[in-house]
Amino acid sequence: MKVLMSGNEAIARGAYECGVTFAAAYPGTPSTEITEEFSRYEGVYAEWSPNEKVALEVAIGAALAGANAMAVMKHVGVNVAADPLFTVSYTGTNGGLVVISADDPSLHSSQNEQDNRNYARFAKIPMIEPSDSAEAKEFIKLAFRISREFDTPVFLRSTTRLSHSKSVVDLEEVTRPEEVREIKHQPQKYVMVPANARVRRVVVEERMKKLAAFAETFPENRIEMGDPSVGIIAAGMAYSYAREAFPGHSFLKLGMIHPLPVGMIRKFAEKVDKLYVVEELDPFIEDQIRALGIPVTGKAVFPYTHEFDPGVVEESITGEKRELKPLPPVKIPPRPPNLCPGCPHRGLFYALGKTKTFVAGDIGCYTLSFMKPLEGLHSCICMGASIGMAHGMSKALGEPGKGKVVGVIGDSTFIHSGITPLLNTAYNRSDVVIVICDNRTTAMTGMQHHPATGYTLQGARTRELDLPALGRALGIENVRVINPLDLKETRAVMKEELEREGPSLVVAQSPCALLLRKKGGEEKAFQVDMDVCTGCKVCLGLGCPAISWRKFDGELEKKITKKTKKQEGISVIDQDLCNGCTLCSQVCKIGAIKEVIS
Amino acid sequence: MTDRIRSILIAGVGGQGVLKASDILSAVIIEAGLDVKKSEVHGMAQRGGCVTSHVRYGKRVFSPLARKGDVDVLLSFEKLETLRYLDYLKEEGRVIINDLEVYPPSVNMGEAEYPENVIDLVRDRVHAVEVLNASDTASKLGDARMVNTVLLGVLSRYMEIPGEIWEKVLRETFSPKVVEKNIEAFRTGREKKDRS
Repeated sequence: MKVLMSGNEAIARGAYECGVTFAAAYPGTPSTEITEEFSRYEGVYAEWSPNEKVALEVAIGAALAGANAMAVMKHVGVNVAADPLFTVSYTGTNGGLVVISADDPSLHSSQNEQDNRNYARFAKIPMIEPSDSAEAKEFIKLAFRISREFDTPVFLRSTTRLSHSKSVVDLEEVTRPEEVREIKHQPQKYVMVPANARVRRVVVEERMKKLAAFAETFPENRIEMGDPSVGIIAAGMAYSYAREAFPGHSFLKLGMIHPLPVGMIRKFAEKVDKLYVVEELDPFIEDQIRALGIPVTGKAVFPYTHEFDPGVVEESITGEKRELKPLPPVKIPPRPPNLCPGCPHRGLFYALGKTKTFVAGDIGCYTLSFMKPLEGLHSCICMGASIGMAHGMSKALGEPGKGKVVGVIGDSTFIHSGITPLLNTAYNRSDVVIVICDNRTTAMTGMQHHPATGYTLQGARTRELDLPALGRALGIENVRVINPLDLKETRAVMKEELEREGPSLVVAQSPCALLLRKKGGEEKAFQVDMDVCTGCKVCLGLGCPAISWRKFDGELEKKITKKTKKQEGISVIDQDLCNGCTLCSQVCKIGAIKEVIS
Repeated sequence: MTDRIRSILIAGVGGQGVLKASDILSAVIIEAGLDVKKSEVHGMAQRGGCVTSHVRYGKRVFSPLARKGDVDVLLSFEKLETLRYLDYLKEEGRVIINDLEVYPPSVNMGEAEYPENVIDLVRDRVHAVEVLNASDTASKLGDARMVNTVLLGVLSRYMEIPGEIWEKVLRETFSPKVVEKNIEAFRTGREKKDRS
């Protein structure tokens, strides 16, 4: 049966079709749907782990027990998982172990644009990369076959464009071979003390040699001869773009990008007059071809940054720009993503923005509050960085910095990598206030469960992490719980805690607005009383998408009386968007914003 | 149908049903026996930002992304978004515009102006422009959310795929509760007279 599937859905389907039974992951765009989709298939185990390091360790344990297991993460997640990654390369895997790395060229939803193909070389782990959904479904099967045959972890690399584009996939029969699950004691292989690791170190190099030989006959590395005047070497999405831009040229399509099929590359280079490597981000393939002494053109003409499309590939090779329809000569206001109407983060950051503190932020929806008008967050580096950075800044500033440094982190992000740095603030004592924006879900990636929601990925009720109790257990004496949609309380508690000696923890608890909608909660809309509104624009300072400004245009003045001579317009609330969070009615000092009485 | 690959770019704002529309469109293309690839970006876009979906079809498609200057039809759910992606349109391309303004944050805050006469600006540059208030049509038919079905109806006039195939896919897509209304919305869009 032919169906349309995203790259992520196809990877999940392929894993199911070939008998993968185990997955562990932490959500992260663009990888999230792989694990979500996989978890819905019959007879599999899938979990959200607290972070990618744990996810990989869980998958390693499952593989050692004989399971076919995958650990799924976004590109920066591999940084978190790097510690076990480099050494599981030494131990090998017993069962099948595949690490899926979903990279994000163009930084659609990430803080950096790192090219994780480099991890394959660095950690000495083979890597394969599909170029559409049909291949994605096949390649996950090949990844597991390689893993078992060579006793090695295998990388499957995706990119946002592969993960989130949809193409036609043929659904196949499900063949789920019996797994032999058992405990095997092999200390020389699994206890990586120096004496054993030295021996395994040699095994790794021997394995890479065998894999290099395998790459020469791997059917997904293939030469497609066309016009021999130009030859293009490409893998993944870059291959799709190049094939489309130059259907007549010759191609060496690489399915395996580490190790490279050196013999095949030499053979292809001899057959063509001019050789190009088309690859997004780093010159990963190009540098290796150059090291073979083969003349090749790559980053001399192609961009290092951001994703390609067929136009980028064509123009880079021909050196000619296509004439485009000119855009009209008007300013097109940008439409950046924004906190949703009713988002509880809005209350917290509105209050924080007025404290004149430095707010070390973190990764999540709330990062959006760095923008106007809230401007309530002043740094964002990586998952969990807020707490350590706030502590470091407070220590460096000393007495003058007292009451001026706040760290803000989401509930899921805190669990991911905020617990150890919070322990550090308690242990090394700084005067920071750490706020956990606890919206009861992993919102940014689409409402995934985590240890503090009380449910697992597969829907089982479980032990719910108590965040305030955890803070106390780590050694934080001042722990407060507030409702960030109550501005008065939020302001008062922040003031008190900023003035206090030693570290404080504030848990700002209110469920995500989308979570409330999903649960079908009662939403009461608010409206602006035109006869009361003075057009002071205070409510616009919340940056709520439901509130807009209507300038007097001649028509509007006929309907209302101006409250001041200078009044230029009024605020308007879109009642379809409003979810009745009440923040605007709290900031309106003259009481012009009221609940709609139906 | 020739070997030529055709590209449709659907543009709108988060929450308008752009992705649902492109899913339906792609299913219709598969049903018509053609190859299709479509592409969009999830994640941040959910939060009220711009949403675009590239749908490319033909005998064999490689790239899920259209290049600038390559799009046959720009189907725009919101006026401003038409301007933002106009350079994707090919010389003889067609634009279908839903006559609706959704203000971005800077306009809401009174810091930027929503461009006036968007439609004229588009007409200055594009020969084939069709404007309709699909949001209004959908509301009159009973559910504002059917704006995407109405717009697909308009789009269907410019694709060589029989109406029966469209309706078969719509019937498979929507729940029994809303399917008849959506078929009606689709037909309204398909039959609607060009107001230009």
